[in-house]
Amino acid sequence: MNSLSLAVRDSSTMLRRNLLHARRYPSMTLNLLLTPVVLLLLFVYIFGDVMSAGIGGDADRSAYLAYLVPGVLLLTIGGTTIGSAVSVSVDMTEGIIARFRTMAIHRGSVLIGHVVGSVVQCVMSVVLVGAVAVAIGFRSTDATALEWLLALGLLVLVSLALTWIAVGMGLSSPNAEAASNNAMPLMILPFLSSAFVPVEQMPGWFRPVAEYQPFTPAIETLRGLLLGSEIGHNGWLAVVWCVALAALGHLWSRSLFARDPK
Amino acid sequence: MPSTVMPTTGRGGGGPAPAAVSAVGLRKSYGDKTVLDGIDLRIPAGSVFALLGPNGAGKTTVVKILSTLIGADGGQAQVAGHDLATEAQSVRAAIGVTGQFSAVDGLITGEENMLLMADLHHLPRSEGRRVTAELLERFDLVDAAKKPAQSYSGGMRRRLDIAMTLVGGPRIIFLDEPTTGLDPRSRHTMWQIIRELVAGGVTVFLTTQYLEEADQLADRIAVLHDGRIAAEGTAEELKRIVPGGHVRLRFTAPAAYRTAVGALREVTAEADDEALALHIPSDGTQRQLRSLLDLLDSAGVEADELTVHTPDLDDVFFALTGAATQPHEPEEAVR
Repeated sequence: MNSLSLAVRDSSTMLRRNLLHARRYPSMTLNLLLTPVVLLLLFVYIFGDVMSAGIGGDADRSAYLAYLVPGVLLLTIGGTTIGSAVSVSVDMTEGIIARFRTMAIHRGSVLIGHVVGSVVQCVMSVVLVGAVAVAIGFRSTDATALEWLLALGLLVLVSLALTWIAVGMGLSSPNAEAASNNAMPLMILPFLSSAFVPVEQMPGWFRPVAEYQPFTPAIETLRGLLLGSEIGHNGWLAVVWCVALAALGHLWSRSLFARDPK
Repeated sequence: MPSTVMPTTGRGGGGPAPAAVSAVGLRKSYGDKTVLDGIDLRIPAGSVFALLGPNGAGKTTVVKILSTLIGADGGQAQVAGHDLATEAQSVRAAIGVTGQFSAVDGLITGEENMLLMADLHHLPRSEGRRVTAELLERFDLVDAAKKPAQSYSGGMRRRLDIAMTLVGGPRIIFLDEPTTGLDPRSRHTMWQIIRELVAGGVTVFLTTQYLEEADQLADRIAVLHDGRIAAEGTAEELKRIVPGGHVRLRFTAPAAYRTAVGALREVTAEADDEALALHIPSDGTQRQLRSLLDLLDSAGVEADELTVHTPDLDDVFFALTGAATQPHEPEEAVR
């Protein structure tokens, strides 16, 4: 068996193992879904009238819902990947990983299984949160099939990038609590982006923080695709961010996994 | 160098059997703590080798290195004819490892664990199912097959662990303390399993802190102490290292004790006046025992307790590892 087909075969075996875990113990995934759903409802129904004033024009609550949804979808991805960091960290303490390391399998398959499993979970979470958004009135404005497809591609790309970073965080953490804490920025960063209010409405000194981070261009791109706002340079900026983060997380994770286990 | 090295057993004709595992000068340290300080090993294919040592002696480190889990700092080793450092994947294809801590996935069922192994060994689906069913049956896990492995008892987990190790049909199996923490019944089941593996031609590398276990199972035994092999040989060879056995006579009445001391003055090696006990060197044969009993009879004295102590691996172990006190107990009581 050549090395590519070995990699594909072993990785898909590992993916099946991880999806089995997620299916058998769904409480973790569901808990992580709770946060974005609660935030969505909170910001629309409780803060909605106030927040809508901040996005300019004579916007009302439904306009704010439209503004909010792309950010909440990306926040959903951030939250789901925290779960991935925790499950990687827990998994590494299991004896079965030591067994995998002494088997003639593709070395990277353990991590690839985790990453693909996590991306699948991210997409499912986004679909579920998206369904809630649609249920409370979110509608895309005349997005074409291509734009929907690009939106899905963007969400997958962001999931992949954040997951590789989360896997590195999970590998570098000594236990589940540490993994959860270390991965927290993945959920905090969206709050510091244009997810809830436009960057222009933020204090001047803070704007660079909101601008020069991966979530803002990704959110702006998703808004553009689903709601027809201007994407501008945010499109390629989001792609560059994602590719760079994925590559960085991949190299980081691989070198952490290659170390001798304790 | 090891203080006592037993000569390797000569093999009549045909040259030595090919080595399943051979190592020269393995070293490993963590920080400034040296765990292994030059380990040499040669394990013929098809034999059972026991690495014996107290907790913290470095047994697990040896297994981790030989099973490619961690790298050595120095020395070289070949497993199944492949170099550990340069052909790790070929080594992995030939070995099976059951670690000290169960290497099973607790979140999925026993059967799913087995099928996972079958997939990772790239067995065709139908063969994977067949091997899984066969091994679950063989290791008495059929009833528990659909339950999550984390609900298993210690003995069941260990059996599942070994069953998983066997899925790929490894030629060399590493068992790191396979019976530690098991109850006596599970321990004997595990011994039976190991004997069956050997009967099937597999080479077994086993670590244990139980001398009895090494004596029961192993063709050759190495005693690991302070990061070095303190002695290596068959159980019989090792037992020859320590002084021979003895008979211990214990008395309750001081008068009887004094009479016996007088009668046995010629043959007594050690008299313990406080415990009212005598140690008489003896190989434990019927002839020697009879002459001892004759001496007691002619002096008209009867011992309240007589125990025959043949040298066992405990004696070897304590002699080699320099434990401060060697318990003089009837061997049944020694674990």
